[in-house]
Amino acid sequence: MGKSLFEKVWDAHAVRQLANGQTQLLIGTHLIHEVTSPQAFGMLRDRGLKVQYPHRTFATVDHIVPTNEAVEPYSDPLAQGMIEELRKNCAENDVTFFDTNTGKQGVVHIVGPEQGITQPGTTIACGDSHTATHGAFGAIAFGIGTSQVRDVLATQTIALNELKVRRINVNGTLPPGVYAKDVILHIIRLLGTQGGTGYAYEYAGTTFDNFTMEERMTVCNMSIEGGARVGYVNPDETTFEYLKGRPYAPKGAAWEAAVEQWKSFASDADCTFDDVVDIDAAQIQPTVTWGITPGQGVGIEENIPTIEDAPTQSDRDSVAEALEYMKFEGGSAIKGKKIDVAFLGSCTNGRLSDFQEVAKYIKGHKVAEGVQAIVVPGSQVVAKIAEELGLDKIFIEAGFEWRAAGCSMCLAMNPDKLVGDQLCASSSNRNFKGRQGSPTGRTMLMSPLMVAAAAVTGEVSDAREVFGFATANA
Amino acid sequence: MPSTPIKQVTGKGVYVPGDDIDTDRIIPARFMKCITFDGLGEYLFHDVRKTESGEDKKHNLNDPRFAEASIIVSGNNFGCGSSREHAPQSILRAGYNAVIAGSFAEIFFGNSTNLGVVCVIASDADRATIAQAIEANPELEITIDVEDHKIWFGDQSVPCEIKPGARDSLLSGNYDPLDELLEGSADVAKTAGALPYMQA
Repeated sequence: MGKSLFEKVWDAHAVRQLANGQTQLLIGTHLIHEVTSPQAFGMLRDRGLKVQYPHRTFATVDHIVPTNEAVEPYSDPLAQGMIEELRKNCAENDVTFFDTNTGKQGVVHIVGPEQGITQPGTTIACGDSHTATHGAFGAIAFGIGTSQVRDVLATQTIALNELKVRRINVNGTLPPGVYAKDVILHIIRLLGTQGGTGYAYEYAGTTFDNFTMEERMTVCNMSIEGGARVGYVNPDETTFEYLKGRPYAPKGAAWEAAVEQWKSFASDADCTFDDVVDIDAAQIQPTVTWGITPGQGVGIEENIPTIEDAPTQSDRDSVAEALEYMKFEGGSAIKGKKIDVAFLGSCTNGRLSDFQEVAKYIKGHKVAEGVQAIVVPGSQVVAKIAEELGLDKIFIEAGFEWRAAGCSMCLAMNPDKLVGDQLCASSSNRNFKGRQGSPTGRTMLMSPLMVAAAAVTGEVSDAREVFGFATANA
Repeated sequence: MPSTPIKQVTGKGVYVPGDDIDTDRIIPARFMKCITFDGLGEYLFHDVRKTESGEDKKHNLNDPRFAEASIIVSGNNFGCGSSREHAPQSILRAGYNAVIAGSFAEIFFGNSTNLGVVCVIASDADRATIAQAIEANPELEITIDVEDHKIWFGDQSVPCEIKPGARDSLLSGNYDPLDELLEGSADVAKTAGALPYMQA
């Protein structure tokens, strides 16, 4: 019987079984950033340990970097302290650091792929739950805690339980105006925020076959929001094409050998899965979250659910809590909610193609009065290419602020934050209470083009109508 | 060097109602601008406890009757969201050493176990019973018996679940795996040696 990619990669990296039954798993690639690594380096120093495989650890700085302050010291001394600590730790341990002066700095999940560090058939860990992004390349990639960051630094391994695998097939063509972001919001709405607990998600089907790498990354990125620590797509020609020629991709004869090996990691046609879910791409709508978990989403044509419609008492409590926090009425239309802020960026949707797609449509439009709209490239590389293409000018002309690379308003560890109960149309990945920096701030997750539509109309809108898609309401 | 085995956790309880208590709620990101975990306990559930102007909200976590609690009772999917170990670190540093929930997010569960914070699963009905008992008598002593899969409170007990691997680790005191991982270094080198991308 065949094996899934998950099983093959797991087997190739399983070192041995530990006393409690867990596996000691080799972590081939370790990505670190300033928030979850300083304590781990501190623990290493306390134990007198060194980084065991420094050439397999790569660092960047993203969460705390201000996107509108180019010169250090930053106005926030805590942020300045964190970047300096990372510099020191990387220098002392011979770890490659994509610092702000390298032209390669950015959100860790954007930097890894664009540098060609993220490769098929590898294991990748990072002290960040959105690490599953790298699964788009057919890697087994997942978030870890700081004690595990310590474990990887000291041993290049962690203790882990093997996961089950759920195959999610999405077949068909997405309707115009429906994007990868809608696919993952739809999946989470369908399977729930804890449906993926204990599973790796294997995303497959013709929709994924036809996706670009950046689209695959958007979906894999939010696996954890559905409870799945790992999400991946089998590697194919699209994957290899993306990687070819990137700085850390194999070169020459090693490239050919690597591609052959990468192909062998793809799930076998006759492998079995612990669960299979089939989704018809044509049924997916532009999806917007109305609540305080990423599973609380509806199609743009739908209404927000009512408390009474929820099936169980605990569901009714959840809906009631979400409606109260969001200041929305159950049963009201999602369309037309007035927004204060529009955020385009993050490890979910801060890539070149996200900005290219929006730029195609916003020419001739203006950000609505009273709305603050910011565009934050996911990396310095993304920013540079976008600027060479003139995208920055298109956004600025339309009334958006064009910022420097970083996590920005996704999680508010930097100056980009909501104020009071501002409502934000956001291309990021989490709508938790207080996520965007104000304890009463409100987040609605949606695709980049839907964020742009909300920005120019000042309210949650159907991008297909706003931007004159021929097939709107088809 | 193994830690002290954890066979039982005993203490008073506090009920934190709600499903999907996420890591941003446990420790808001703005308090994570730090290079050590010291002092994180102060910010545990900050926005659940405080208004924007810094006053205490009406919540069990602010109620002096539950001030001595060391066991949190909560809903389903506790700890969802981020991989930040800051979440269980802040729980531990605020004086709590166990969480009873309907289910746990995976990364949170692993992070907690590594720190010796005991996370056990109990049914909705049983957690409601425990929450009522705590409300009726905040002094009530709760004991989570990791070995026997039971939660005792007063003269009652209800069953609880804990992942077998985590249970073994707690009972043996080997919940921090670093020493065991270090012992495997020769095997690690062998596994790494067989993978082309691992070569320097």
